Amino acid sequence: MRSSMGRYISMRLVQLLAIIFLISVLTFLLVHLLPGNPTLAILGPNDTPSAQHELLRQLGLNRSLPLQYWTWIGNVLHGNLGASFLTKQTVTNAISVAAPIDLELIVVSQLMAFVVAIPLALVAARRPNRLFDRLATTSTFGMLSLPTFVVAVLLVLVFAVQIHAFPATGFNRLSQGLGSNLRSVILPSVSLALGSVAVYYRLLRSDLISTLQEDFVTMARSKGLSTPYILLRHALRPSSFSLLAGAGISIGSLFTGAFVVEVLFQLPGIGYQLVTAINSRDYLMVQGMALVAAVAYVVINFVVDFLLTVLDPRVRHA
Amino acid sequence: MPDRFASRSSSTRARASGSLVVADAGSEAVLELETLPASRNGHAPEDSAGTGQAGMGALFWICTAWVAVMVLLAITASILPIKSPTFQDYSAVNVGPGLHHLLGTDDLGRDLLSRIIFGSRVSLVIGFASIGLGMVTGGTLGLLAGYKGGPADTLLNAGSFVVLAFPPLLAIMVIEAFWGRSLWKLTLMFAIVAAPQLFRVIRATTLATASREYVVAARAFGSRTGRIMLRELLPNVIPAAISFALIGVAVAIIVEGSLAFLGLSISLPTASLGNIINEGVQNSNLQANPYIALWPSLYIFLMLSALNLMADRLRGRFEVREVKL
Repeated sequence: MRSSMGRYISMRLVQLLAIIFLISVLTFLLVHLLPGNPTLAILGPNDTPSAQHELLRQLGLNRSLPLQYWTWIGNVLHGNLGASFLTKQTVTNAISVAAPIDLELIVVSQLMAFVVAIPLALVAARRPNRLFDRLATTSTFGMLSLPTFVVAVLLVLVFAVQIHAFPATGFNRLSQGLGSNLRSVILPSVSLALGSVAVYYRLLRSDLISTLQEDFVTMARSKGLSTPYILLRHALRPSSFSLLAGAGISIGSLFTGAFVVEVLFQLPGIGYQLVTAINSRDYLMVQGMALVAAVAYVVINFVVDFLLTVLDPRVRHA
Repeated sequence: MPDRFASRSSSTRARASGSLVVADAGSEAVLELETLPASRNGHAPEDSAGTGQAGMGALFWICTAWVAVMVLLAITASILPIKSPTFQDYSAVNVGPGLHHLLGTDDLGRDLLSRIIFGSRVSLVIGFASIGLGMVTGGTLGLLAGYKGGPADTLLNAGSFVVLAFPPLLAIMVIEAFWGRSLWKLTLMFAIVAAPQLFRVIRATTLATASREYVVAARAFGSRTGRIMLRELLPNVIPAAISFALIGVAVAIIVEGSLAFLGLSISLPTASLGNIINEGVQNSNLQANPYIALWPSLYIFLMLSALNLMADRLRGRFEVREVKL
């Protein structure tokens, strides 16, 4: 048993490494998609001989492709992803400043989504197909047709423009006080949370409905336990696996969903930085951020998968 | 065991109580295909009102008609009696909805109705063309690989997971930053991202269908592989394929909208629904004239609702069940 688990994990680790290697090759090759002279395209007006020399050394553009990759990946593994030729900020530094914002957005929005979706699903699953269930199910279906950029704009329109309850843009760091920090992330988080609510509600609801037909629930009922007690103590836990799996799978997509929200609310997270870099043709910044973001995405997915395997041994044998 | 390498997160997906979660990364709107077997615990699926009915239901046809109307409007936009989407009428800036401009005008005096209809062209072309392309390539390969198996199947499967390892919005954003953006480049990139997804779902559906009795019977009769695929498998895979494709179109439209909203889809001044919404939030337009952002938001919502509902009905009607991804 233990050895099969170990085998499974090592297989998956090899896959992970292979995918990370491919990601690095593809991000490395991006620079070669640039039309014309890459140093001119990357450096733009900064295309002085010394900067050009530095860039050529960094990218190794004057050598053969595998050698270029070798030089580049060597730099990357030493934490040197290059620097912006506009602000001189290193890519590593820009990412370490921006990443906590994405993390906060994801954590806060997911907490919100769970707090809303779980009670909704519990109430709806209690009497499937009755009024409450129909309303909740229909409205979550509608939410699936509302892209984040639409939700976010509507929220700004109502809560920032019309009733001035929250700031429309800007970010206050945690060091500026918890209250002002939360105020600045509340609208963005709600925008992100809404889609998750719909998904989590639907996953949990359908699992709950089938759990509630199990014999042990009938047993609990015949013992005279109250419905809320049965729902919370007997049915919720065995029904929450899909919910957890769904949450795990959507972490990766939330990360890119946060891009839209960051740009609209001007929160300087990875997405905001990336879009700014794309618009100012700051190619090394784009390349570095893409590499880190894509690797983070596959690693997160890997960890989530691993955790689910630990939680539910059946997955291993699927 | 061809599925071994492929089990990256697929195992969990399939395990998620038989529901396939299509995460579109783009805007975190995770569209979920509930594919619970109808007979689970002897309980009929509560969601799909279409199940058990003879027809598709009126709602399905209303949605289909609405999508057809939108497509028709987009195709005939240039010969419709509407104003030019780029004509700036400075005598009618930020006009509300009225007789002269049905949906009003934006801050540059451009007619909003016309901008939305012309803007929907980008969403619809990218949505339908990329998924069509992805279906022709990925879907066909999925059918072949699902039925024939073998080393080609293993290879394609592994390849599809490599592409799926990239977050789609990020991949498209970054590639177009270097490669440039035009309608055909965007469509191609969307198709490349979509094809592996479609490959996987079609392959999975084919695998499930191939084990049904009528396929086994056809093989026992000595039918040729080509005949089995065209006459037995294809007709039974198509409803599922259409359902997946509709979801795919919806997701592609969301991702394109997100890109356009970020200013990274088709270049200005070409209107697209996402960049009209973006213009609607610029320069305090949201205070001055919320209609600029509201109309395209409504249009995109109606577009996605119709597509999602159609997919949902098809799924309910044809009991798209299997999900052994």
